[in-house]
Amino acid sequence: MKKIKKISNIILPVFFIVILIAIWESVSGSGLVQPFILPAPTLILYSLIMNFKAIGGNTLITLFETAAGFLISVIISIIAALVMDSIAIVKKILNPLLIATQTIPIIILAPLFIIWFGYGYLPKIIIVILICFFPITVSLLQGFATVDKELLNLLKSMGANRTQIYKIVKFPSAMPGFFSGIKIAATYSIMGATIGEWVGGKNGLGVYMIRAKQSFSTDKVFAAIIVITVLSIFFLKIIELIEKKYMPWIQISKEEYYEE
Amino acid sequence: MKDKIKPVIEVTNIKKSFGDLHTIKDVSLILEKNQFVSIVGPSGCGKSTLFDIISGLEKPDIGKVLIEGEIYNGKTGRVSYMHQKDLLLPWNTIINNVSIPLMLKGLKKRESQIKARKYFPLFGLEGFENHFPAQLSGGMRQRAALLRTYLFANDIMLLDEPFGSLDAINKRKMQLWLLGILKDLKSSILFITHDIDEAIFLSDKIYLLSERPAVVKTSFNVDIGRPRSNRTFTSVEFNKIKRKILTLL
Ligand SMILES: Nc1ncnc2c1ncn2[C@@H]1O[C@H](COP(=O)(O)OP(=O)(O)OP(=O)(O)O)[C@@H](O)[C@H]1O
Ligand SMILES: [Mg+2]
Repeated sequence: MKKIKKISNIILPVFFIVILIAIWESVSGSGLVQPFILPAPTLILYSLIMNFKAIGGNTLITLFETAAGFLISVIISIIAALVMDSIAIVKKILNPLLIATQTIPIIILAPLFIIWFGYGYLPKIIIVILICFFPITVSLLQGFATVDKELLNLLKSMGANRTQIYKIVKFPSAMPGFFSGIKIAATYSIMGATIGEWVGGKNGLGVYMIRAKQSFSTDKVFAAIIVITVLSIFFLKIIELIEKKYMPWIQISKEEYYEE
Repeated sequence: MKDKIKPVIEVTNIKKSFGDLHTIKDVSLILEKNQFVSIVGPSGCGKSTLFDIISGLEKPDIGKVLIEGEIYNGKTGRVSYMHQKDLLLPWNTIINNVSIPLMLKGLKKRESQIKARKYFPLFGLEGFENHFPAQLSGGMRQRAALLRTYLFANDIMLLDEPFGSLDAINKRKMQLWLLGILKDLKSSILFITHDIDEAIFLSDKIYLLSERPAVVKTSFNVDIGRPRSNRTFTSVEFNKIKRKILTLL
């Protein structure tokens, strides 16, 4: 049963995508649509290979901005969630602000950041931080708040102090939620860096795409999009691996149940 | 009074309300050294609340909690308290779970594990040190929780329906097991249960509580000799006490 489910989980989506690509290829290849409007998948692939060096170089820049922003954001989020969880009044004050940061459209903030922080890496990193901060902080806060009260009481009755309670109960029990927040953040982070580059910068995938667009090299734009998509998925998978490694108890299946 | 040994736990005239809900009206009880005392009462009458108060997690509105003669109102950390649920941390292995109290007392992780490991055979957990709670049966999880309770403080233990979630057969096994290990452990135990047979079988003394708001309906000694065994359940004394309780309820 399990195997059949697994196969249908993989085969069906792949099959669907292959059909989509085949339709796309035949439409673009038939000459009905100009290549600069919608290049054929094969043309995009060709373009990716031919421009590998340029795309690769810019990818590294974007990856650096993403990684820097993401890591900083994880650290800030943990600190923010810790402070908000342990001091009730801080949570009350900061909660509206936290939500406010999420309602401001990034696409409008991005050009402002260029004015404030220049064309370097900094504005891009800040955008990534802004995008990642919210899902991570909120999921961690939620995790802290929903810890089993009886577990907390048990630890208190054994004389545990605050630090010990966080270490033994609160952090581990918030981990599953924390990881889902991190996964959402990771999925958007590369896109965030690209938006930052798109509105103004010297290099990176966003800059590469806007230059390609201006010269009507739509195939190069699509090639860059593929890179972004693949990297985002890759990023997500790495986090899932870390998750599995650090939360082995989630994996324990009922099949391994022991009777006396 | 002076020349007599002070009771391990003495609770006097406890009253406790949660807002409008009068949970405990007036409860006093005494646990002597090395005694096994059961508290029997209907569901929701405030038994767990009483343990919360004795352990210091909650403060009584009125009344005193004396442990070895000293006032312990609202002070945690003296007695060990096993909750109704096993409350094992799902992310920790059994050995890590049971050594938490030792680590909280300042022992290094390695030392506490070495100490805890010694008790695994006695508690029927040998070979399961590195399993996660989800991999254990209900009875084993209860024994792990009991071991953790024991490692926190073994002289005075509050056990809140430790076997309440087990099926009849496993429950009987656990009762026999508990009786067996208690001979060696030298603990004073307060024990909450719904199960009259269980209370009679294990206890030296039983307190019967009323419906909420709880008062002590009656208390009496269980004069059945030890060692007790499966045969105790069908003995004459056992049934005499059981009949007495049933008429009182
Ligand atoms: N912290 C609390 N705040 C408000 N009400 C509470 C609190 N703790 C317990 N109560 C209430 O007090 C009453 C007694 O609860 P308690 O858990 O002590 O009952 P119990 O005798 O242990 O019941 P059971 O046998 O079902 O475990 C219940 O009605 C419960 O809802
Ligand atoms: Mg209870």
